[in-house]
Parts: sequence; structure tokens; C-alpha cells
Amino acid sequence: MQANPQLDKEGKLQHLLSIEGLPAPVLTQILDTAASFVGVTEREVKKVPLLRGKAIFNLFFEPSTRTRTTFEIAAKRLSADVVNLNISTSSQTKGESLLDTIDNLSAMHADMFIVRHAESGAPYLIARHLRPGIHVINAGDGRHAHPTQALLDMYTIRHYKKEFRDLRVAIVGDLLHSRVARSQVHALSILGVPEIRVVAPKTLLPAQVERLGVHVFHDMAEGLRDVDVVLMLRLQNERMQGALLPSAQEYFKYYGLTPDKLARARPDAIVMHPGPMNRGVEIDSAVADGPQSVILPQVTFGIAVRMAVMSILAGSSPPAAND
Amino acid sequence: MKIHIKNGRLVDPQNGVDAVRDLYVAAGKIAGVGSRPGGFTPNRVIDATGLVVCPGLVDLAARLREPGFEYKATLESEMRAAVAGGVTSLACPPDTDPPLDEPGLVEMLKYKAKILNQAHVYPVGALTQGLKGERLTEMAELRDAGCIAYSHADEPLTDTLVLMRALQYAATFGFSVWLRPEDAFLVRRGVAHDGEVAARLGLAGIPAVAETVALARILQLARETGARVHLCRVSSAEGVDMVRGAKERGLPVSCDVSINHVYLSEMDIGFFDSNAHLIPPLRTARDRDALREGLRSGTIDALCSDHTPVDDDAKQIPFGESEAGATGLELLLPLALKWAEECGVSLQQALAKVTHAPARIMGIDAGHLSPGATADVCVFDPDAWWRVEPGALLSQGKNTPFAGLEMRGQVRFTLVGGHIVFEA
Repeated sequence: MQANPQLDKEGKLQHLLSIEGLPAPVLTQILDTAASFVGVTEREVKKVPLLRGKAIFNLFFEPSTRTRTTFEIAAKRLSADVVNLNISTSSQTKGESLLDTIDNLSAMHADMFIVRHAESGAPYLIARHLRPGIHVINAGDGRHAHPTQALLDMYTIRHYKKEFRDLRVAIVGDLLHSRVARSQVHALSILGVPEIRVVAPKTLLPAQVERLGVHVFHDMAEGLRDVDVVLMLRLQNERMQGALLPSAQEYFKYYGLTPDKLARARPDAIVMHPGPMNRGVEIDSAVADGPQSVILPQVTFGIAVRMAVMSILAGSSPPAAND
Repeated sequence: MKIHIKNGRLVDPQNGVDAVRDLYVAAGKIAGVGSRPGGFTPNRVIDATGLVVCPGLVDLAARLREPGFEYKATLESEMRAAVAGGVTSLACPPDTDPPLDEPGLVEMLKYKAKILNQAHVYPVGALTQGLKGERLTEMAELRDAGCIAYSHADEPLTDTLVLMRALQYAATFGFSVWLRPEDAFLVRRGVAHDGEVAARLGLAGIPAVAETVALARILQLARETGARVHLCRVSSAEGVDMVRGAKERGLPVSCDVSINHVYLSEMDIGFFDSNAHLIPPLRTARDRDALREGLRSGTIDALCSDHTPVDDDAKQIPFGESEAGATGLELLLPLALKWAEECGVSLQQALAKVTHAPARIMGIDAGHLSPGATADVCVFDPDAWWRVEPGALLSQGKNTPFAGLEMRGQVRFTLVGGHIVFEA
């Protein structure tokens, strides 16, 4: 069996592929580093020279505007050179294999790859293929993981709630197809959240989801009772086409976050969403734009968290011989 | 060519033999066991002291990839792998390109295999034309061309009426139908067992009910039509239970399991190791234990390699896009021995699962060392350890979840039809 490629022999982070298996101090280090960058993003000159001269390739095999943009901004604020590649529209359609693409880009002296891919595990394949010293950040792979999203969610929770150890957190929605949810569950449990709930109809839950250490609720009102944090998930419209759900209307009625349902949570509960939101499907505008929503701060923190991950990975590179 | 294999531990499960006995081979046949036939002067004496002498192995599923997939493997490479693994008879599934649905294709395959003069190749014919699940093949013609059974390989046969008609037609002639129980709708785009690992890794799942729902359908139709049905590659504990129940009720079904599923579980996928992408999917440790026990108790009749050479390009891609399958011909013997050791099964019982039991399912006279039988013999060192180095395998398929593992039991000689076709 192949080893986990994201930590080196000393346990230092070489790639960020998944939250699963990361020690709590690594997560805390990322969050603490991000805190120091939040100030940078608020300054007039929003740049630090930490990654000057480094080449970062934004390698998106699946379309994305938001995530790619936040990575690009984060890299530029660290003074790196950023190249954006939307591979879904170029070499893959010409039949070039994934690893051939990687070889070609490595030959252009890339220092870091930010990878989004529709297949679970694709960033692992890439990380294992690269020579040491080139880093991979998983920007979302299939249904598997979206570690920087989970980290920015953790940052946001810590910002508003200070501590993880007394929290009750509910994740609501399409867990079956959600890479965000999988990473959130791991991050929450590693950081010591004692009660993680998932709320969804049975058709949107992975098999044996309780083995991930979560409590399963099918009734949203029950699932939200007395929680401190509500993590909403995006429901893609295509889920209505199979036999997973009958309609967006029925879904909204039973699993959409409305002020009524949110009233079951603690009065100071915060509401989060990874975006883009489907208003009126998984979340009511009154909640999304309401006082308990921290959805926009999430986006702001996301840049600092991605800067933190990039700088930590770059700092872990072995020094070049002629440096 | 007369060969005298002396001082070996002769294990012949069909004849209930496990003793130090000499074996005499002449004119391609077993000329004598234990006592030297009159006037026997060997051209070659093999000293098998400390070695096991057993019938050549019989494999129920080895993909040779011809015709159509020669870039993955060729008849030549896979036949060399077979005899290196002590396999002297093998059944090849019909999922070639084109599928084995016409007598001409089957004759060509038999002919090409024959001139290579290595293991005996027994084609399994396609049950429906093009494996499309719509029209029956000319089963009787295919039998005359050399097919020993009919199957749908891993292609879906969703139309239940077509399946029933195929079973009825096969039953008319007493043909055997080999089916791998799997409901195509429940598989959909699944690539891994729908359990804890798939949930964690975000891989599309194939639930165990995909097997049991299909099994229920097959068992009911087998009873209804009276067809001889062999169930291929069971993978779940519930599946094993259903087969046991069917056998207890007197249904004449047989059943096999692959070497992969007797050792591995979903956990072996690790961090998306595409070598563990198999059909059917590796299931839980509990399922694996039930398969091992089913094989011991006899619910599962035979162990097979499910040899599927895949080229590197089809494995060096993300797990969900990778091609399923693992190479296996060279691992069948050591893994059968390992199972025996771990489950407290005698060597004789273990070898039965890879010799006369599969031969009986195939309906061929092989897998035993009775005087007069074709001299297909395997001589192996039961105590030799070796490490699975994919590059050193003779099969063109280097894809195996057992890479790097230590195996015990190494083939020294393989005889097919009285000729030494492999020697190490």
C-alpha cells in the first residue's frame, strides 16, 4: 500500500491534499499563520515578498472562478508569479495524459501546483509523480477533499467562537457529493469539536457516514437544535435529475435553511456556506443576508488561509544547492 | 520424452494422494505413479526432493487480451506467465475485441494457443452477440469450435427475459453458463465498495446489494430453467450466504472467488491505489473473511486468478478513471498456499481449489495425476520465498496490489502434455 504523500519523514507538510491524517498542530499552525496575513490583506499595499520568484501554476481541470481567483490573489499577495491554466479546454481534449501535462509544466520550473480535478484522488497521483520540492495544493478533487475550504471554515469558526472544544456543529445538505463536507468533518474532529452532526435525506449521505465520527439527523429541526455553527452545503441542480431528490421545492421545504429552522440553533449561532449559494434551494435569502451569516467574511479569510498554506509549503522546500 | 520425477511429495487431491511418490511420464501421459512402469527408461530425471509434485493448475479466469487488446498483453506473454505460475489449463472470458461470439474467433484463438504449445486454452463463449445482452449466440456452434461454457464476462445483462432465454437455450444442450452476479443499475458509475473507504475518499460506491440482488435473480432463473450455472467472483458475505442456501436446497450451482478478494479489502485502496481498483470491488474485512471461510467450507468451489493485464497508461490516471483489474496468473499458486496456511487447510484441500475443482466446473479431464491422464504437472518448492516485483513478472500486465509482498511457494517445473514448458 502506498504511503500518505503529504507529510515527509519528519512529519512536515509537503503537499496539502487532504485534511485527513494531519496532526492538530499542523492545522493550528496554518490558522495562526493565516491570522498574521489577515492584516496584510487589509493594508494599502497588500503584498509581502515571501514567495518572490516562485512560479505557481493554477491547474484547473474543472471550471471554477471563485476558488481559482482566491488562490491567484493569495499567490500574488505573496509576490509569486502565477500562471492560470484551464486544462479542461486545452490538452486533455487533445488526449494528453494527466501526468504528461504535469511533466511538461514541471519542465517549466513550477514550484507549486494548485490542482482542481473532477476525479477524487487526482492530486495524489500528481504529488506522487513530482520530484521532491515541488508542492501540490488540492483545490478540490471530485467528491474527496477541499482542504483549503475546510481550513478557511475553521478559521472563520475560530474567529467567531474562539475555541473548538465546546462546540456543536451541524453540516447540512448534500454530503454524498461534497468534498467540502468531507474535509470539514476531518478538520472539526482533529481540532476537537465534540459534537459534529450531519443533516440530510438518506439519498444524500455516503454509506456508513457515521464511521467518520458524526451524528446523523434526517430531521433538520432536530439536527439544528442548540448548535453553535451551521455549515450549509451547496446543492447542485443536476441532483434533481436523477432519483436522489424529487424537486428543489421539496428540498427547500425540508432541508433549506430558513429563519424558522435557524431559530432552533443557539441564538448566537453562525451560518456559513462555501458558495456559490443557491438561494431558495438550500438557503433562504433572509438567512444568507441575515445577522448570523458570516458567509462574506469566509471569503475574505479564505485569501489569508491560502496565503498561509502556500507560505508554509514553500518554507518546507529543501534549500537549493546554490542558494 | 520420458520423464522421471523422483522423491517428490506427490499431492493429487482428486485421488486423495499426499505422499512421497515418484511420477513417471511417457508419451505425454502419466505412465505410472509410485511404481516404475515396465521398460521405462527416462530421458530426464527430475529430483524433486523437498518439492511438491501436483497436477498443473487450472484457472477459471485468465484474460489473454487477444484478439483486440494486444497492447495490454499478448497470447505469447500471458501463456509464458501461465506456465511460470504452474497453470496448465485456463479458461479465458469472452470479453475480447471483438468478443468471442463467433466460431471463427474461437477457432483462431484455439489455433494460436495450440501452436504456442504451452498451457491449454479453453475459451468461454459469449452468451449474447457482441456481449450486448440482446441476441443469443450460436452456442452449439461455439461448443463445436471449442467453447466449454458461455458467459457475459463483466458486461451488463440487464434484460431479465434475455437472461432467462439464454439459460433455457443453454439448458437444452446441457451447456454451462457462467455469470458474475452484479446489478448494472446499482453499480452505475461506482468504482469501489460503497462503504467506509469510498465514503472517506469520495469514490462512487458499488453496494453489496448490487451482488445479492443479481444473485437472487440468477438463482431463481437457474431453478426455473434447470440450467447449469457457475457463479463467478462472489465478493460479499451475503452473497456467500445466498450461494450456501441455494446449494443446501439442492440447486446445482458452483461458485468461485478471485485470489484478490480472499486477501484484500477496501482498506487496500489506501490513498487511491489504482492497483486495488478491481471488478467486483474489494469489500470489507468481514466480507473477505466470509469468502475465505466459504472457500474452506466448500460453498465456494474454486479459487481463480481473475488475471487481467492492464497497461500502465490505464492505471497511471485517477482511481475513478483507471481500468479495473490485476495481473494474477503468477500469483495463483502462492496465494492458494497462503490461504491454506492462514485458514488451517491441508495442502491437498488447497490444491483441490486450483486443480480438480475448477477442472470439474470447466468439464475438462484435467487437474489430476491418474495413470493415463495427460501429463500436466506442476513441481514447486513450498518453502521458497520470493518477492513480488512487478517488473520481474512475465505477464505483460505489471499491475498488482500485491507488489512488494513476500510470497511463499515457487514453481520449479511445469509440464504440459508431458513436455517441460517451464523450468526455474
